[in-house]
Amino acid sequence: MTDTATLLEVRNITKRFPGVIALDDVSLSIEAGKVTALIGENGAGKSTLMKILSGVYPDFEGTIYYKGETAKFAGPKDAQQQGVVIIHQELNLIPYLTITENVFLGRELVTQYGTMDKSRMRKRTQELLDRLKLKVSPDSQVFKLKVGQQQIVEIAKALLTDAELIIMDEPTSAITGAEVEVLFDIIADLKAQNKAIVYVSHKLDELFRIADQYVVLRDGKSIESGEMAGMTQDQLIGKMVGRKIEVMRKTTGRQDCEALLEVENLSLKSRLKAGNVLSNISFKIGKGEIVGLFGLMGAGRTELLESIFGLHPAHANGQVLIGGQAVCCDSPARAIAAGLALVPEDRKKDGLVLGLGVKNNISLTTLEEMEKLGALNDSQECALADHYIRELRIKTPSKDQTARNLSGGNQQKIVLAKWLATRPKVLLLDEPTRGIDINAKTEIYKLIIRLADEGLGILMVSSELPEILAISDRILVMSEGRLTGEFLASEASEDGILKKAISFKQ
Amino acid sequence: MPIAYSNKNFARFQSLIALFLLCLALSVLSDKFLTVSNLWNVMRQISVNICISVGMTLIVLTAGIDLSVGSVLALCGAITAGLLKNGIEIPSQNLYIGFTVLGAILAGGLTGSALGAFNGWAITRFRVPPFVATLAMLTVARGLTMLWTGGFPISGLGDTFLFIGTGWFLGIPVPVWISIVVVALAVFLTDKTRIGRYIYAIGGNENASRLSGINVNKVKIIVYTLAGALAAVGGIMVTSRLDSAQPNAGISYELDSIAAVVIGGTSLSGGRGSILGTVQGAIIIGVLNNGLVLLNVSPFWQQVVKGLVILLAVIIDKSNGKGE
Repeated sequence: MTDTATLLEVRNITKRFPGVIALDDVSLSIEAGKVTALIGENGAGKSTLMKILSGVYPDFEGTIYYKGETAKFAGPKDAQQQGVVIIHQELNLIPYLTITENVFLGRELVTQYGTMDKSRMRKRTQELLDRLKLKVSPDSQVFKLKVGQQQIVEIAKALLTDAELIIMDEPTSAITGAEVEVLFDIIADLKAQNKAIVYVSHKLDELFRIADQYVVLRDGKSIESGEMAGMTQDQLIGKMVGRKIEVMRKTTGRQDCEALLEVENLSLKSRLKAGNVLSNISFKIGKGEIVGLFGLMGAGRTELLESIFGLHPAHANGQVLIGGQAVCCDSPARAIAAGLALVPEDRKKDGLVLGLGVKNNISLTTLEEMEKLGALNDSQECALADHYIRELRIKTPSKDQTARNLSGGNQQKIVLAKWLATRPKVLLLDEPTRGIDINAKTEIYKLIIRLADEGLGILMVSSELPEILAISDRILVMSEGRLTGEFLASEASEDGILKKAISFKQ
Repeated sequence: MPIAYSNKNFARFQSLIALFLLCLALSVLSDKFLTVSNLWNVMRQISVNICISVGMTLIVLTAGIDLSVGSVLALCGAITAGLLKNGIEIPSQNLYIGFTVLGAILAGGLTGSALGAFNGWAITRFRVPPFVATLAMLTVARGLTMLWTGGFPISGLGDTFLFIGTGWFLGIPVPVWISIVVVALAVFLTDKTRIGRYIYAIGGNENASRLSGINVNKVKIIVYTLAGALAAVGGIMVTSRLDSAQPNAGISYELDSIAAVVIGGTSLSGGRGSILGTVQGAIIIGVLNNGLVLLNVSPFWQQVVKGLVILLAVIIDKSNGKGE
């Protein structure tokens, strides 16, 4: 690049994970004194790119030019020392330490006697806070601050290291109104000091306010980049979408069938702040229907499934009917008895007991049926496991293999098997193909379609639009805890769905 | 070959080898070790720790801990002894209730179960960490023991009762029989029953277990109740063997039992381990204790050695678990 303002340039970067190419020949350049918006759907490769830029993934194909020279970031700390800092969506502060202690964590100043130079650190922190217009004492403990203030502390940390490139990942996901304005003022200041900023956000209206340039990623590829000025939101959305999965939709128009699951006026109070995580959600799912539920991060999709499944009995309000019968799901056990099954988003954290074998994981939901005179009937358990290993084509050396040692796709099939064993009426799927390879994904799509054909009602949450479009009969869209759109498969388009999912607050 | 599986077998193998080497060394070093009377003596001593440690294993498998077993043991022994010897007298009602041996034992067992259930209730209902809840119970139960006994031993409990701790049946000491039965039932529970599977599942992943419809709180309360009941069994055995309920009985027994669990390869983070492993751990500690006494090692050094053995066992266990 001949342009002297270019601070960092990425040329032809490819990053592979087993079975997946996360970034495919991506190139882009970031200029000093400008805000570059990084845009793309969930799974488009934004977080992988950020991790490469901030040194979390030191191994990749391609080259990074930083300040005109080939750069190599050996790790996050190395990237930091060279001036690239990332501010994560989940803040990395230590709650019970003070602002000063957090800002200087890992690079404390010491006196000539080897003790910590508290007064000098406090003074520097105060300077930084003044510069960022944060009116709190450097001695405040971080957990007492509001989220927006904590974010400013993160920025202070970045400024202490003389960062030249600051990457902000969804910085406004947890803050509102006035705090957002403060953040934008700070960003304007940083721009004036010739810092480069990469700003990742789903909120397009914000990007139009602060970004100078944009880079659109889709499916791991850099699709387009250019000046923000002159673009419209519709044009940007048009560039984000466009990925296709082989269409497998059955399109049989099942909407008129009897309702299996009815949700009426479901609300969920927030545990952390005033207000609702979910507000007045009502919808129905028919027998044999696949309903896709789309929403961006933080729209409340997972919370909706959890509330239906009885995981928030103290905070949820509203009615759930299964097969026309009102059910009181105040615990998973009740929900299961009523005919619900939930395949959770994080299979390692919530789906599987990783230390148990394939067989024991599959039978975990139905052990009550396997008892004979107080002891578990091993042959019955084996039969169940064999059945599903065959049926779902779970690839495992044996049915006693520890679940931990299987691939993501096979682990997901075990989770599905354990739920199918309960013979549910309604299957709630939360990101059922997250983090699994393309072949396993296809198998899971086919399985979902087959289950619907057998008469199950299916609610599938996904943040991958192509996946939702490929197999849903009907699509619901959520944004900020509300249902904001509903489409029949025949009339749904990526643009239409995405517009309903992105909040326009203007 | 699956890593976790082979490691598990290897670990089990390892503690058997350690036990064998220990016995070999002791029989060379001391001519008293490998005698019939000494071996029965060791077994009899171990049987109390085995009973407690079986309960501890169940708890540790759910990723919990029980520090109260020693105090609960003392209280249950004292209650059994007290009821047996003195019965219950309520002067205002002019009432006296006498207890048979069986009645007194049942009362002791119920006390242990109730205290265990209380532990489980506090842990599940109020989300008190098991360490804290059972630490509180350690103090409470010890205090209750002092109140019940007035600080004095209760002795002279009658021949029938003494049979439990000192008797022989089919050529084997009765305490050994009791521990065999306890171990057999516990192995059945952990390997063959639904509750057993839930115990492993909860320790392995409590979230996933709850989402699978398992009543996690109920399982935990059952487990703590069983541990309390087994502490009572231990208390009755100790009291019977000494023909006396000591107010200071069972002090630091929780440490021996945690040691047995850990040496036996059960992971303190839950979900991994076995009853038979714990039995081996208890035997290793028992043999070690016995051997150090036979070799005239000072009691102070005995403690040092025991501590180092526990540390070594955990280090070995950690390096086994690395693959996971």
